[in-house]
Amino acid sequence: MNLSAYFRSIAAKFLHRSELAQDMDEELQSHILHRADDLERSGLNRSEAERRARIELGGKEKFKDECHEALGANFIDTLQLDLRFALRMLRKSPSFTVLAVITLALAIGSNAVVFGVMDGLILRPLNVPHSENLWGTIYGEDTGFQSYRNYLDLRDRNQSFDALAAFNFAFVGLDTGNNPTIAYGFATTGNYFDVLGMQPYVGRFFNPADEQGPNSAPYLVLSYAYWHTHFQDDRRMIGRVVQLNKHPFTIIGVAPREFLGTLLFVSPDFFMPIVNQQQVDGEDLLNARGSTKQIFETIGHLKPGVTPAQALADVNAVGAYLAKTYPKEFGQKSVTLGRPGLTSFDTAVREFITGLMLLAGLILLAACANLGGLFAARAADRSREVALRLALGSSRKRILRQLLTEAVLISLAGGTVGLAGSVLLLRRISLWQPISGTPIHLPVTPDAKIYMVALILALVSGFLFGIVPVRQVMRANAYEIVKAGSSGRVGRRLTVREVLLVVQIAICAVLVTSSMVALRGLGRSMNASFGFEPRKATLVSTNLAMAGYSMEQMPVMQKKMIQALQTIPGVEHVGLVNNYAPLIYAAGSRVNVFKEETSDLRPVNAAAEPYRYDVSPEYFQAAGTTLLAGRDLTWQDDKNAPVVAVVNREFAIKMFGSVANALGRYYKLQEGTRMEVVGVVEDGKYMSLTENPEPAIFSSFLQSPASQSDLVVRSSRDPQQIAEAIRSKIHDLDSGLPLDSATWDSLLEVVLFPARIATMALGVLGMMGAILSITGVFGMTAYSVSKRLRELGIRMALGGQRKEVLLAALGRAFKLLAIGSGAGLVLGLLATKVLAFIVYQATPRDPVVLGGVVLAMALLGLLATWIPARRALSVNPLILLREE
Amino acid sequence: MTDQAQLLPGTLDLLILKAVSLGPLHGYGVLLRIGQISGQALLIEQGALYPALFRLVRQGLLKASWGTSENNRRAKFYELTAAGRKRLREETDGWNRLAGAIASALASQPEEV
Repeated sequence: MNLSAYFRSIAAKFLHRSELAQDMDEELQSHILHRADDLERSGLNRSEAERRARIELGGKEKFKDECHEALGANFIDTLQLDLRFALRMLRKSPSFTVLAVITLALAIGSNAVVFGVMDGLILRPLNVPHSENLWGTIYGEDTGFQSYRNYLDLRDRNQSFDALAAFNFAFVGLDTGNNPTIAYGFATTGNYFDVLGMQPYVGRFFNPADEQGPNSAPYLVLSYAYWHTHFQDDRRMIGRVVQLNKHPFTIIGVAPREFLGTLLFVSPDFFMPIVNQQQVDGEDLLNARGSTKQIFETIGHLKPGVTPAQALADVNAVGAYLAKTYPKEFGQKSVTLGRPGLTSFDTAVREFITGLMLLAGLILLAACANLGGLFAARAADRSREVALRLALGSSRKRILRQLLTEAVLISLAGGTVGLAGSVLLLRRISLWQPISGTPIHLPVTPDAKIYMVALILALVSGFLFGIVPVRQVMRANAYEIVKAGSSGRVGRRLTVREVLLVVQIAICAVLVTSSMVALRGLGRSMNASFGFEPRKATLVSTNLAMAGYSMEQMPVMQKKMIQALQTIPGVEHVGLVNNYAPLIYAAGSRVNVFKEETSDLRPVNAAAEPYRYDVSPEYFQAAGTTLLAGRDLTWQDDKNAPVVAVVNREFAIKMFGSVANALGRYYKLQEGTRMEVVGVVEDGKYMSLTENPEPAIFSSFLQSPASQSDLVVRSSRDPQQIAEAIRSKIHDLDSGLPLDSATWDSLLEVVLFPARIATMALGVLGMMGAILSITGVFGMTAYSVSKRLRELGIRMALGGQRKEVLLAALGRAFKLLAIGSGAGLVLGLLATKVLAFIVYQATPRDPVVLGGVVLAMALLGLLATWIPARRALSVNPLILLREE
Repeated sequence: MTDQAQLLPGTLDLLILKAVSLGPLHGYGVLLRIGQISGQALLIEQGALYPALFRLVRQGLLKASWGTSENNRRAKFYELTAAGRKRLREETDGWNRLAGAIASALASQPEEV
């Protein structure tokens, strides 16, 4: 074929569309006139000749159509026609259109939101150069912490990483001259920014050359956000000296705006060298090889050609070397390599979000099933129109194309609305600070990827539900339909529509089941026994290092604080626990404990790894922990007295067989200290709400001082007033000591956060599933009732009972509902296994959940069939029969 | 109807090319010319002619221009392009070969086999 002519004709087609149509008209007209001339010559009069000529030519429009097609490039034209027709059809049934668009908007919107979160947390790596090659070594089992000495050995001995950096958290009182405020930052190794390949926004970063031994690098790099909010983008701040826990640090630079540290959930206010952390924390951990507190995570780029598996083997070989060389101190058992960013939450977050994505996908599928049913019903109603068009010479292909255009138009509209909603929601989420007073946030930002996903989902779902009525149209016999009309025959056979409905109800039941399980679990975790009573307790967090106290002064000051708070009217008990109270910031630390008779104190021989808390006398009363046997710690258990401990029930049973057996017995710590058990308290939750009973030991804070502590204040008075009283009492003691106070309850938000989020997400998805199944069942029953109105009318006229009529009208819908719900319930119970690691005791065999799901589905069914049932009952046979 | 032969699929284009090759024609003229040269044995459906004409124009085998007909009416005249002339030769050869082969096949006698 002549290609240029082809393109010319297409171009002409686009450029002179109306001219061409006119041209075609004129040509056909000229044909008719010439033919009429001939006919006139054969003896007919002019008007009769023209009439005959027109008839002979036949369907002018059809030929014009064919000519269009022969010219090619009629795709756009047809599309335009189809779009115009589709719009007209949709305008004719606004309730159907609105219902369909809303359904899709919800379904596509929820997918876009979940995808946005997935994109932010899983797909998008950290915002640093070459992040695809960045791996972190995560030591230990519960937390990522390890010692600085071990990090140095790993850095120097491994052969897999280009370079290894490490970081830890630093919570400090930052004083710019007037008043210290608490700031959250990272203490990093000198090579941190070099390893990440970052360039400063202003000033410079610290580097390995700055590290000349402990406390040698008092430099501070601010995050862009902190610089922006606290120093108003003032470049003159570079070189200025500020106080970090009363120690002078020089601000040397500002990190780029897009760099939010190497953890996804936490964006630090500042970065300081880890070699200076002793200065601010008061605890020298640089040389403590056995410590598990110094390093949170080590990160580095793999050398070219090194696979993560090789690197893991290499790192473990270094670990084995360290375990052999330092058998006493090296307690780490295994190493895992992971993507930095989510650290040990990685797997949980990944699985949860993947699960959510699946559920959201199910929602979309349910929505498609729903709309597919509606479209099939519409196509059935329009079978007369379709038949007419077929009879008038339209091809089936054209009709299908038109129906699909309608479907895609709806899905695009729904997709647009859903996308707009989800972008708004994602913006809100990214600004949201789930736990006030902490730098925790969700790094989601809607970007082009989300728009693409929404568009693709819209198109795919449009085609999905658009092709449901295809078979119907392809098999339509124009002649039969035009002759017989489209009065529905009620078949006993299960139709596609009904299958779709069952599928959709099943999906909905899955969602309802999962959200019920999550709700139940959340309720349980709120009411579970924590081993302490978070209600009516206020936690006051202080770090004496922020006010420049020495190790020796700390217990003295802490005792003063306890005594001062005890004088507040209405305060029942005041206790203290070093570092953080149980369940706060998931910050518990474990120790290795040995049986008394064990002499080889290598970590492998440890009899238990209990959580260790250093607490004050009266802590148990203040926390509301029940003493089961023995005595509480006293002020006499100081550093001159023998070391003693109160243990929990789990520890007593694990080490000594029973609670009674434990009293007066001894166990050993890693460094060989013998500790006597003087009391036993009830078990509790220490790290997470979903944990199994864990052993714990409580020793006297006087015997192991620490700068960071939580004061536990129990009082029935209004927490607000108590907080003010606490603040003024502490201010009287030391006006330069920053403090945080909050109720224990509110701080539990952090541990409840995953379960809350899970419940919220599942709740929303469950609601959407419910809405979808209501519209689905409603659509189906309303349609079948309207199709069978005449039959129902006759039944009524012949004296049918209301009950029988109802049964005839809705029996099938209810049967489908029951089948779908049953299937969904079973699937949902299987799916709850996935929930088990987020939601506390997510057991499927819960009568409340089972009953709840059955009840919910029955209610949904009732709700959805209410209006059709009313309509079926209000049938007036006389009017109905006359109409037909 | 009975004395008019059914048009074989694909032959309409060939007939149009042939008709136009004898001189520029408008659409109705093409119909008349085909009737004339086939001895009124071939009947073309009037409407089917135009899509075929458009197709041939698109393929660059025909070109069209408006003019005045023998009835003194405005009409669109078609004439062969060089490509059309070439195509007509090829198709004519092809057709003749096919027709000859079929004719000889049908004329075969039992003793010849």
